[in-house]
Amino acid sequence: MRGMTIIVKQITNLMVPSILLLGIYVVLHGHLTPGGGFAGGVLIAGCFTLLILAYGSESIKSEARKMRASLIESIGIFIFWFITILGLMNGTYFFYNIIAKSNPGEPFTLFSAGIIPLCNIAIGIEVGAALFSIFITLAILKVGERL
Amino acid sequence: MASLIILTVLMILGAIVALESKDVLSGIISLGIIGFALTINFLILHAPDLAIVQIIIETLTLIILIAAILKTTREDTIEQFSSKKLLLWFLGLIFMAVFIYSSIRIFSHLPQFGEQSLRMAKIYIDQGLSSTGAGNLVAAVILDFRGYDTLGEATVLFTSVVGVMAVLRKSGRKRS
Repeated sequence: MRGMTIIVKQITNLMVPSILLLGIYVVLHGHLTPGGGFAGGVLIAGCFTLLILAYGSESIKSEARKMRASLIESIGIFIFWFITILGLMNGTYFFYNIIAKSNPGEPFTLFSAGIIPLCNIAIGIEVGAALFSIFITLAILKVGERL
Repeated sequence: MASLIILTVLMILGAIVALESKDVLSGIISLGIIGFALTINFLILHAPDLAIVQIIIETLTLIILIAAILKTTREDTIEQFSSKKLLLWFLGLIFMAVFIYSSIRIFSHLPQFGEQSLRMAKIYIDQGLSSTGAGNLVAAVILDFRGYDTLGEATVLFTSVVGVMAVLRKSGRKRS
């Protein structure tokens, strides 16, 4: 995939930091405001997709980035499953909100609701890396090339 | 209520245009009509969580589909008329009749539009904040009360990405 004109590149340079910041905000405030891990993760993936579309997939080392995105995705789903068995390790049930029961924070603040923000962060990492790796796999695929 | 019906009619028209258009690119753009009209529908029904997810997913899906179109072809395939096609049309009509009949039977038993009288929803609304501490009730439902669903969903996404990367990989294939 080739890159685009300098206008698109400049607009991308302006927009990407705000999109990334919005994605991180949506992930971190998923238990307080609308949004959550899925929406924020897709925003983060869209930010990197915009970069690839503007600058082209030849300008970066796409093959290495694909493997790295796949690794980050696996780490995200691993963190999510680890949080779910945290309850079992402490002698309660699977997917038990153990932090909210032992140490409830002030409601409507950032550090509240126990494992829910942690799960949101894990889902955000997983979804963002998953969608980005699907996009980059399609972007570096060449038409007519024998697989 | 009227705007909901107008938007739903627009979505149905967009779906028909997407099916019938000869140019694949215009078909994909008509698919976008469905997604963005659905976003406004969610906003009218006071579901900002779903609206955020829907608008971002729709945009990203459109980008991926248009990227795929630009790399391959824009022409639709031409279909020839045959007797097998007639049987498929007939079966489709039978399925549509059965579907509409059973939908009418089912929807007549549902509560009135806009009235939530479900027992489960009442428990969630009453105890959501006190038992989880999450200000956003939707997050409390999808990550605490119905956490297994979200866990399965994340695992399904992971499995599908593994499948895509296994099918479209470059390394480790035999050149034949």
